[in-house]
Amino acid sequence: MPSKILILFAHPLFEKSNANNALVNNIPDSPNITFHDLYQEYPDFDIDVKREQELLVLHDIIIWHHPMYWYSCPPLLKQWIDLVLEHGWAYGREGTALKGKLLLQALTTGGKKENYCATGVDRFTIPQLMEPFCQTAKVCNMHYLPPFVVHGTHSMTEDSYTKYGELYGQALHYLENKEIQLAELSNFKYFNDWIVTKIT
Amino acid sequence: MSDSLLFQAIIYLLAAVICVPIAKKLGLSSILGYLFAGIFIGPHVLGLIGQEGQDIMHFAEFGVVMMLFLIGLELDPYKFWRMRRVIVGMGMLQLLGTVTVLFIACSIVLRWEWQVTLVISLALTLSSTAIVMQTLKEKGLTKTSMGRSSFAVLLFQDIAVIPILAILPLLAEGNINNKGINESIISHMPAWLQTPIVFGTIGLVYLGGKYLIIPLLHIVAKTRLQELFTASALLLVMGVSFMMQLVGLSPALGAFIAGMVLANSEFRHELEGDIAPFKGLLLGLFFIGVGASINFSLIMADPAFIIIFSTIFNTIKFFVLLGVGRIYKKSSDQNLLFSFALSQAGEFGFVILGFAVQLNLIPTVLSSQMMAVIAISMVGTPFLLLINEKWIDPFFGVKERQSKKKYDTIEEDQNDVVIAGFGNFGSTIGRLLKANGIPATVLDMDSDRVESLRKMGFKVYYGDALRLELLKAAGCEHAKIFIAAIDNPRVNLKVVEMIKKHYPHLKIFARARNRNDAFELVNIGINDFYRENLYSAVHLGVDALVEMGQRRYTATRQGQRFIKYDEEATFRLAEKRHDKKALLMSTMQEIEIQEQLIREDLYAQLSANDHAWESADLKKEEKEEGF
Repeated sequence: MPSKILILFAHPLFEKSNANNALVNNIPDSPNITFHDLYQEYPDFDIDVKREQELLVLHDIIIWHHPMYWYSCPPLLKQWIDLVLEHGWAYGREGTALKGKLLLQALTTGGKKENYCATGVDRFTIPQLMEPFCQTAKVCNMHYLPPFVVHGTHSMTEDSYTKYGELYGQALHYLENKEIQLAELSNFKYFNDWIVTKIT
Repeated sequence: MSDSLLFQAIIYLLAAVICVPIAKKLGLSSILGYLFAGIFIGPHVLGLIGQEGQDIMHFAEFGVVMMLFLIGLELDPYKFWRMRRVIVGMGMLQLLGTVTVLFIACSIVLRWEWQVTLVISLALTLSSTAIVMQTLKEKGLTKTSMGRSSFAVLLFQDIAVIPILAILPLLAEGNINNKGINESIISHMPAWLQTPIVFGTIGLVYLGGKYLIIPLLHIVAKTRLQELFTASALLLVMGVSFMMQLVGLSPALGAFIAGMVLANSEFRHELEGDIAPFKGLLLGLFFIGVGASINFSLIMADPAFIIIFSTIFNTIKFFVLLGVGRIYKKSSDQNLLFSFALSQAGEFGFVILGFAVQLNLIPTVLSSQMMAVIAISMVGTPFLLLINEKWIDPFFGVKERQSKKKYDTIEEDQNDVVIAGFGNFGSTIGRLLKANGIPATVLDMDSDRVESLRKMGFKVYYGDALRLELLKAAGCEHAKIFIAAIDNPRVNLKVVEMIKKHYPHLKIFARARNRNDAFELVNIGINDFYRENLYSAVHLGVDALVEMGQRRYTATRQGQRFIKYDEEATFRLAEKRHDKKALLMSTMQEIEIQEQLIREDLYAQLSANDHAWESADLKKEEKEEGF
């Protein structure tokens, strides 16, 4: 049975982002994948919490897809997290609505991959920096997967955009149709590295 | 020449215009100002007016009727019912206690006839509503325990005036010269018929007010003629008074009942505003008349009597009040304040004495002396309160914690927000506030709308917001925010100007129909103006941008930025327009401004200036630094 995937996409200036256009254009056209463009839906930040929760319930795999701004997400996604993940629904004694779902973060960063380490300019690795999101998922009893990351978008060639776009599409296709072994994934830092081993 | 009506009027008005501001400046009540004015122009000082003062007083007594109508108007039956125990209990105790003690004391010491003693006791028992309420308001004490008690006692006294005035003629029975006073069409009927007629009339006032007057006022209000409404208000008060006189009842009682019937109607504030100036003027005239009739030579003949009598009567009144406060278990500092505040005699004392003189109940000399006593006690009140505050109160350290309370319970039925104009624009604001639990007092000129809104539970009053009395009645003195949302921009602007002038503490939010209105508002110093077409037009423009393919968030941001930019441009152009001293915009100038705006739009290029989340600069720098 295929998994249902919900992509919560947050980009305040999507029309000018080559990398994200490449990624979004490669999302497979499937009845099991819902692309949900938050900045298009809620330009005035007035999030319809009930509708968002209904959407979440209907899907098995949730993807937070966004550029990384200042080591975090764009403000509307934070607003979404604050409002939608209600106590008593998403977490707390009676908050079990999201229990067992998978959560994947799909990130783009302007800086290169090698900057994200103890000796690089950014001093921390991506998993370290994304720890708040991982912890949020854990509190909601979801399984946080290693993030899918596109580094170095500031200095990227047209070919690379295409390459990453296709990889994203393949990853989504795999997630939709195959069972995931969580134990296997925990050995990988990035989702990208794991998916490569699966599709070749 | 000097007998002409015009000359007389000038004398009265001039005296009032000079004396009342001086009294106010000295911190005294305006009543005393009128009184002194009367003394100066009276036959005993300057002699500018003579015996005709008596005739004028006849006419001016109507001011007292109007005052009772207003007291009735302000007396919400619900509030009255809630306070009934205190009003009747404390009021009755004070009244009966003081009258009894004064009566006994005077009977023992002075050899007056018992009728005279009773009249004087009654006249001196009533405190001055005007002075006390004003003092309480100034000192911010209306919501304290002593404030409530004072209000209750004063209210009872105000109501008691009616029966007191009614029994005076009875005391005069047998005395000479009381023809015309008690004459009525029913006085020749048998007594068993008189009583039901009297009660029937009172019932008629109640029913007539409810089912005749209010619908009639609706019809009048629809004509939108201010003067017609004023005429109706006067007609109402005079009609009721006349009817009461016909059946031999006090006109004041009729006016009071009529006022109470109308207290709950939407016309309350408008009626108050219409009658108040007449009441003020006629009462002023009345007090001038009282002043003029005080015979100074008689007073100067025996000043010791007046001073000693004043002191003793004040003391008696003070201790009776203190006793009443004790019975009602007031803390000692509150009780002291209460007793000092109410220890004077008041304006109703003049009314009673004046009436008694007409009835030949009391000799003129004595009445002059008593009027002097009342005046002295009224002058003395502020000083007594000062003495209490400075030297007596500090010894009773059980201060009620007022400061905190005062801010928690600001006037129970007064709202922080006043909205003028409740059309499509104002009602939207009102609904939004109401939905957030913030009640607003609403003023509107459309009586049909007022009625239907009242049914829906809004606190709406019918009236012209351009009238200062109505603004005052709506509670502008204690409100925090004034929202000017009237349809007609001329009127709206005038209201804003009035508010700025008379209630500078109010934060004003003003509706502007278009850019021109906004210019006018900026010119009088209003920065919080809301152009009704700007926001909806921009909203539509944003949707058009989305339809043309822009991302919704980007279009929304552009709309927000456009509003901000356009508001700034309005300020800029308002300044420029002000420089030109252009009062009326010609079509040419209008076009000129449009052109300038469009030129500036091109220059501003909002989208080109917006670099949020763009990474072009970053990419360039990274390339240069070789990351």
